[in-house]
Amino acid sequence: MKFLTEYRNAELVKELIHEIRLLVTRPWTVMEVCGGQTHSLVKNGILQMLPKEVTMVHGPGCPVCVTPISIIDEAIMLATRPEVILCSFGDMLRVPGSTSSLLEVKAHGGDVRMVYSPLEAVKLAIDNPTKEVVFFAVGFETTAPANALSVIHAAKSKVNNYSILASHVLVPPAMEAILSDPETTVNAFLAAGHVCTIMGIDEYYPIAEKYKVPIVVTGFEPVDLLQGIYMAIRQLERGVAMVENQYARVVQQEGNLLAKGTIDQVFDVSDRDWRGIGTIPSSGWEVNDRFRAYNARIKFKLQPIEERENKSCIAGEIMKGKKKPFDCPLFGHACNPEHPQGAPMVSSEGSCAAYYHYSNSNLVEER
Amino acid sequence: MNPTQLSVQLNCPLPKLDFEVITLGHGSGGLLTHRLLKAGVFTILKNPLLNEQHDGASLNLSGPVAFSTDSYVISPIFFPGGNIGELAVNGSINDVAMCGAMPQYLSLAFIIEEGLTMNEFWEVLLGIKKASEAAGVPIVTGDTKVVERGKGDKLFINTSGIGAIHPRAKIRISQIQPGDKILVNAPIAQHGVAILSVRQGLEFETSITSDTRPLHMIVRKLLDECGEAIHFLRDPTRGGVATVLQEVASQAGVGIELVQSHIPMDEQVEGACEMLGLDPLYVANEGVFISIVSPQFSERALQILKTEFSTAAIIGEVIAGHPGQVVLKSKIGGRRVVTMLPGEQLPRIC
Repeated sequence: MKFLTEYRNAELVKELIHEIRLLVTRPWTVMEVCGGQTHSLVKNGILQMLPKEVTMVHGPGCPVCVTPISIIDEAIMLATRPEVILCSFGDMLRVPGSTSSLLEVKAHGGDVRMVYSPLEAVKLAIDNPTKEVVFFAVGFETTAPANALSVIHAAKSKVNNYSILASHVLVPPAMEAILSDPETTVNAFLAAGHVCTIMGIDEYYPIAEKYKVPIVVTGFEPVDLLQGIYMAIRQLERGVAMVENQYARVVQQEGNLLAKGTIDQVFDVSDRDWRGIGTIPSSGWEVNDRFRAYNARIKFKLQPIEERENKSCIAGEIMKGKKKPFDCPLFGHACNPEHPQGAPMVSSEGSCAAYYHYSNSNLVEER
Repeated sequence: MNPTQLSVQLNCPLPKLDFEVITLGHGSGGLLTHRLLKAGVFTILKNPLLNEQHDGASLNLSGPVAFSTDSYVISPIFFPGGNIGELAVNGSINDVAMCGAMPQYLSLAFIIEEGLTMNEFWEVLLGIKKASEAAGVPIVTGDTKVVERGKGDKLFINTSGIGAIHPRAKIRISQIQPGDKILVNAPIAQHGVAILSVRQGLEFETSITSDTRPLHMIVRKLLDECGEAIHFLRDPTRGGVATVLQEVASQAGVGIELVQSHIPMDEQVEGACEMLGLDPLYVANEGVFISIVSPQFSERALQILKTEFSTAAIIGEVIAGHPGQVVLKSKIGGRRVVTMLPGEQLPRIC
């Protein structure tokens, strides 16, 4: 697999670990923002290869995890309506709402379908003119262009039985929310490579400057991650705070202009609830007025639903980097991927689920 | 596999029948059932025991035998590299083989959803004939039922297999000891990816085919040569290699260390798993088996596997440490735990 195996080269990994060891003189805490990065760090066993001085904390960048229960309940409510075909990405299906999950609704006869692209959902709408097809549009900036495109495509083709239930969240406001917490321990960020592929890196300069925090746009393979960590530590040791791009083979300064244009056509910035964190102002996207006919919330007159979360869950502190999954009293007992009590246990990209699947406290402490 | 066994006559044309689709009547036990069986099942799968057309088959078995049953509900019923029929035959043959036995007879039961075309049913029957003849294991008894449209998913098949246990086989989870080597015969995750490549809404172009095949002959060779040094056998179908080894670790109370770089995998399969966000360790196999072998015999066992499977490999070891846990040494030298999945593996958003 060209362009993948090179970034999984064991020799290169060893060399980078060695370089980080030579560089680091005191303890630093680095947060990787994206769940894909967390998954890769844990799956490849990188955490216990790092020198003791480097602590990785795992950010809120798993879209499935931060989707509030209230929005999952909205999706479930829609899926139980007989005229609705609810389409969703795979890992959203298992996430429990207040009383059940989309998989359970499906088992009880609801028409819930897993799709790989929102355009498949538009096709379903065309093929099923007597049904209402709703796409559960979850994700960060990465999935937004395709979701926006599905709305534009449906409008152009005059497909009136298609709508989206948008639950889009944005990375930079979440990073600011973490940094403005007076108790934050985060010294540097690995920014999410794929989000930056769409949005570019301009948004990060003001954050680096305001909070004096190094930000390194980083990829997802072991060599990418270690290079990103190396660059972040190098800045910290030198006492500088800049935006650097480790993932330059994919990420361009200005991002993907076509994708950004598509997003702008369909979405407006809105306040958004983050599961485990709370409301962050201007941290999400909602379907704009022009395309209101494709907004499932308006089409089905959905009313806001109240949240119910387990009070002992420390998801918020984990996602802000203040605690580790093993610090949680519920971890592995009351809370596991089968019965997640909080956001990061929900998807395999959540930090708690990644620890549950791939790690145990002995392995992490072994280094 | 003996190449002459493969030269089965497979182009039996569909007989002229006065129906094109299977209806409820074909499961009624009356004239239609009789016609379907006579024109189809009995003609295609004929052998002396089945030809009796009795309620059951009278078999000659002596000594310890292994007996196994499994149901096949795969969708779609036709996939690259085979169909549900071949899968059902090879599946039960392999389940019996994993008990250290030589499968001798199979039963075969259909649950057909009304509306299945005769063409499709015929093709499945030919798949069954091909697999049964290639493996040399006859189908000796069976059943056919038809359910209303919407009450099934085209076709479900149940098969059972029975056969005498190899005189030198001592395959038990309690035989597994620290120091034992873990061997795998062939590249993993092929079947699951082949099925995904043709699932509705997910079609992608690939030449990956299912690895469905009978494994009893290679198991016999292993047992002939290594006997009781083969401590455990299991074919990692649903749940894949990870799930089987996790089960072994917890049931035997031992630890397992896997070396990722030793696990054979086809490059296309690996690429497809990357693209779909799936971990190949959890993807289903149909022609793969894991053997846990005493260290003194592991090289010999590997040589035997290599006579038929060039990519056979020793992928790990049983250890006394971390009992109940499977730890994988990643390609880059890190270590991680391999656990059981809570449910079906679902593709990730990004």
